[in-house]
Amino acid sequence: MSETLEPQTFRVTRADLIRYAGASGDFNPIHWSDRAAVDLGLPSVIAHGMFTMALVGRAVTAYAGAAHAVVEYSVRFARPVPVPDTDEGTEVVVTGQVRDTTPDGNTKIVLTATCNGEKVLSMAQAIIRKR
Amino acid sequence: MSLDQSFVGRTWPPTEPYQVGREKIREFARAVGATEPEHYDPEAARALGYADVVAPPTFPIVVTLDSSRRQIIDDPALGMDFERVLHGEQRFAYTRPVVAGDALVCVNSVETITSRAGQDFVTTRSEVTDASGDPIVTVWSKLVQRADEQ
Repeated sequence: MSETLEPQTFRVTRADLIRYAGASGDFNPIHWSDRAAVDLGLPSVIAHGMFTMALVGRAVTAYAGAAHAVVEYSVRFARPVPVPDTDEGTEVVVTGQVRDTTPDGNTKIVLTATCNGEKVLSMAQAIIRKR
Repeated sequence: MSLDQSFVGRTWPPTEPYQVGREKIREFARAVGATEPEHYDPEAARALGYADVVAPPTFPIVVTLDSSRRQIIDDPALGMDFERVLHGEQRFAYTRPVVAGDALVCVNSVETITSRAGQDFVTTRSEVTDASGDPIVTVWSKLVQRADEQ
């Protein structure tokens, strides 16, 4: 018996990546130049891993109820999230499962994020402080 | 190209304080689509017990990625090329969230450097404190340098 986080779908367009680049200061060209991305063996411009992590983080804080309730948050970037130069862009689907209570009474959430049906994160989890 | 192993275990001097502004938190929250009022409205933040508007959980990367890049990744002696670097793993361990008005100081170090299948992996750790040295968050970033295809 475990609680499941309601799946959430986030649309990601090139404009989102430009906005995130500006806000975060990460101007790596693979996030805005197809030429730079293809040079590096990627299919096209890809989302910042930290942008995907931030989207998943929204689901985490929403579940936690408050920013200060998040004790730990970690991910492995398993696959890139290619973002086509279209109005629709792509979609990232985020789900989560409340797995365990840690010995100190905190709660562990195991998270998944998929794009085009493939997992783009692995070993993604958050620890939420006991309420 | 393999990286300079002598970087492992090194710790760099504390960075100049990064002044966290309200507008920066609002800009970051907007960019990641976070809608809760405590990211935008100081009154809403204070009602929840924060000193000022509060940053989303991944905000510390803004400070740690930039400072570890300047101190570590861009050092030619390490042998990395930022244009070929991808993000492999990311972890945050929080003491408290970042709020507007914080002056963030990072102490950056290199935990590990490894190679596998022609790729190089560097894990950096940043201890982020406020101006008085009280801990806020510890940030680990694993960066991957893809093999040169030339």
